[in-house]
Amino acid sequence: MQRNTIYLDHSATTPVHPAVVEAMAPYWTEQYGNPSSHHRTGYIAARAVSVARSRVADILGVDPDAIVFTGCGSESNNIALRGVMTAARAAGRGNHLITSAIEHSAVLATARQLRDYFGFDLTILPVDEFGRVRLADVEAAIRPDTALISVMAANNEVGSIQPWQEIGALARSHGILFHTDAVQLIASRKWGLASEPIDLMTIAPHKFYGPKGVGILVVRPGTEIITSQSGGGHEGGLRAGTLNVPLIVGAAEALSLAATELDQRRDHVIPLRNRLLTELPAALPDLCIVTGHPAERLPHHASFAFRGLSGNDLLIHLDVAGIAASSGSACSSGDPKPSAVLEALGLGPEWTKGGLRLTLGIHNTAGEIEYTVKTLTAIARDLAALEAAFVTAY
Amino acid sequence: MSILTSTPNQTDKGRVVVAMSGGVDSSVAAALLVEQGYEVIGMMMRLWSEASVGPATATNRCCTPDQMADARRVADKLGIPFYVADVRQQFRQAIVQFFLDEHEAGRTPNPCVECNRQIRFTYLLERALAMDADFLATGHYARIESTSNGYVLMQGLDLNKDQSYVLHTLRQDQLAHVLFPISSYTKDEVREIARRFGLSVASKRESQDLCFLSDGDYRRFIRDNSIQIHQPGPILDLDGHELGRHQGLPFYTIGQRKGLGIAAAEPLFVLRKDTARNALIVGPRDSLGARELVAEGVNWISGIIPTSPITAQVKIRYKAAPIPATVTPLGGERAHVRFDEPAFGVTPGQAAVFYDGSVCLGGGLIINDDAREEEGHLISGIAEGIRG
Repeated sequence: MQRNTIYLDHSATTPVHPAVVEAMAPYWTEQYGNPSSHHRTGYIAARAVSVARSRVADILGVDPDAIVFTGCGSESNNIALRGVMTAARAAGRGNHLITSAIEHSAVLATARQLRDYFGFDLTILPVDEFGRVRLADVEAAIRPDTALISVMAANNEVGSIQPWQEIGALARSHGILFHTDAVQLIASRKWGLASEPIDLMTIAPHKFYGPKGVGILVVRPGTEIITSQSGGGHEGGLRAGTLNVPLIVGAAEALSLAATELDQRRDHVIPLRNRLLTELPAALPDLCIVTGHPAERLPHHASFAFRGLSGNDLLIHLDVAGIAASSGSACSSGDPKPSAVLEALGLGPEWTKGGLRLTLGIHNTAGEIEYTVKTLTAIARDLAALEAAFVTAY
Repeated sequence: MSILTSTPNQTDKGRVVVAMSGGVDSSVAAALLVEQGYEVIGMMMRLWSEASVGPATATNRCCTPDQMADARRVADKLGIPFYVADVRQQFRQAIVQFFLDEHEAGRTPNPCVECNRQIRFTYLLERALAMDADFLATGHYARIESTSNGYVLMQGLDLNKDQSYVLHTLRQDQLAHVLFPISSYTKDEVREIARRFGLSVASKRESQDLCFLSDGDYRRFIRDNSIQIHQPGPILDLDGHELGRHQGLPFYTIGQRKGLGIAAAEPLFVLRKDTARNALIVGPRDSLGARELVAEGVNWISGIIPTSPITAQVKIRYKAAPIPATVTPLGGERAHVRFDEPAFGVTPGQAAVFYDGSVCLGGGLIINDDAREEEGHLISGIAEGIRG
C-alpha cells in the first residue's frame, strides 16, 4: 500500500524540508555539546541556539529574550495557560480565564483542568456559523479578575482565521494578557509582533516543514509566568531541560524558509485550495458543504462536512485510494464522536460526524487535486447510496 | 514465498478486504491471503455491545480495545493496512433489535445468521466492493467451490468447526466475491499456521456467540433492553392443565428442562410457546419430537428453487446433527421439511439448513407453530406430493 500517496494532511504535519535536514545535520554527531556546558564544545552548541533564537526573533519582530524553545506546540500552550494563570493568582491579579469552544485540545483540555482541579474560573466562548469568535462575546465575558484571554489565530479543523488582532487589542485595553495558539497560522503571514497585541504565542515547527519534537512559545518580556516545569534555569526559567540543539536549529531554519518563501507558497496552494472549495460542493450538491469561513481562512486549508456520512469511513476509503486526509471526528479505534468544532458551528447531527479536512502543501499538484476531487466525489456518492439503502431496509 | 519477502502491493491476484476480529481464524485468513499474493486490507468492524454490567467479562465480547490491539498487531506483522469501521449503529438497529423483536414474538433467533446476512456479507461486502476490492474474506470454516453451475457452499473440512449453517443466506452474487481462506484446515492446523507466521494470537481461546452481551446472560439482556413488559403466564401441559407460572415467554427456549419451577413425575420440557395465550406448553421428551417444520425467508444458494421435493439432511440448530428429511419448496420463499425420524427441539426462529452431503443447499428460519397450523392444509397437501 506504499503507493505514491497524495498527502493532503499538512495541517497535521509536513515533511521536513531538505534544507532543514541539512541545517540540523552537524548537531547530532559533530557539534553535540550541551549549551549549558562551560567548555568550547558547549559554547558551540550555545552559539547555535543563540543564532537560532535571534533568527526566530527577527522573523517575528520581537526581542530574542521573548523566544522560549519547548518540546511541542501542546507544551507551549500548557506553559502559557498554566504559567499565566498561576502567576496571576499568586500576585492577586485575577482568577478568570477566557478561551473559545474551538481551541485545540492542548488549550481546551488545559483550561478545563485549570477550572476543574485548580479552582480557576473559565469562560468558553461560542463561535459564529463560520467558526469565528465574535468580539462582542469576548467583551461581554471580560471580568475585573480576568487574567488571560486565549484564542487561537486560526482553527485547525475548519481553517477560519480568528479576529486575533481585535481580540488582542481588546485584551490590552483592559490590561488583560492575550495568548494565541498560532500553530496553524504562523507560516501563512508576515509577523510584526512589536506592534501586534499578542503577549504569548504558540508555534509548532513541524507544521511548516520543520522537525517534530520542538515547539516555540513567544513570551513578551516582562510577562509574569510561573513555570510548570521547574529545574535548571533554561529558557529564562520557563522550561527546564537540556536544550535540543539540532531541533532548535531546524526550527529556526524552517521558520526562516517559511518567511522567505511565504508568497511563493501561498501562490501555490491558494488556487489548489480554491478548486477543492468550489468543485467538491458543486459535484456533490446536498451532500457536501464547506465548513469554516469562505474567505477568511488558511491559504492551504479546505474543510467540508458530508451529510449523513462518517468522516471515519471517508478517510478509510480515501486512504485505500491513496489519499491521506483528516477528519475532525476520526479516530483509530472505530469510536468516532461528533466533531465538537462542527457542533460549535451550529451544524446538526447529520453533519457533525462527516467532517473532512484537506490541507495542502508545497508538493501538491493540480493533477493530484483533480484526482482527489474525482475520487472523493465517487466515494461520497457510493457511501451515500449504500447508507441510504441500509436506512431504507430499516 | 515467505511472508517477509512478499510484496502485497505488486499483485495481479486482486484486492481483498479481510474482516479481522483479533481472533486466530481471521488472523490466519489474512496471513494466508498475503502469502498467496493478494493485496490485503485488514478491516475490523466495531459492533455495538452492551456496556459492562457486573464483573468484567470483557474477554467474551467482540471489538474490545484488546481485540483491536491484537488485530492491529497481526496487521502490522503482516505489513497490511488496518482500519476500524464504526458499525455500531447499524449493528444495533439490524441485529440487536432483531434479536429483541424475535424473542418478543416467541421465537429464538440466531443473531450470527442475521449478522452474516445483513452486516458481514451485505454492509461490509458492499463497502469492500466500493473500495475496489475484488473479494471480502473472513475466517469462517466453510468452503466455496466454483463449478459450471455456479458457486457451491460446502461444509468446512473440520466438521467440528463447520460454520456453513450460519452462512446459508449467501447468494451467488455474494459468493462470487467471498473468500474463506482457512476452509481447508482444522482448528489445530490453523493454530499451527498462526505459530508458523509468528502471530501472537495463535493460542487465543474461542470467542463466544452473542458477542453483544456483557455477561452472556441473554435473559437479563432482554429484561434490561426490551421495551415490552414481560407478563407472567401459565405453564400448561398438553391437556391444558396449569402446572405452574412462567416469568415471561422470552425467557424460555424450546427443549428447556431446567428452571421451570414445576415438580412432576417425569421430566418436562418446553414444547412450544403459545403467544396468543401467553402460555408455555410443556410435556415429556417424546412430545418434543417434531416430524415437520416450515421455514420462511428460504435462500437456495444455487439461485434455483427445486421444482419438486428433494431429499436432504437438515440441521435445525448450529450444533445439531443433520437429520434426513424431505424438503418441499412452497411459495413465498417458504419450504416444508418432513423429517424421516422425529427431530427434537425444533425451535421457531432458529435456521433450518438443508444439506446434500457436504454441500449446503440453503435454508430459512423456522416459523412459529401457530403460523404453521394456519396453513396446515396447504402444507399437508404439498407434502403428500401434489406438486411432485
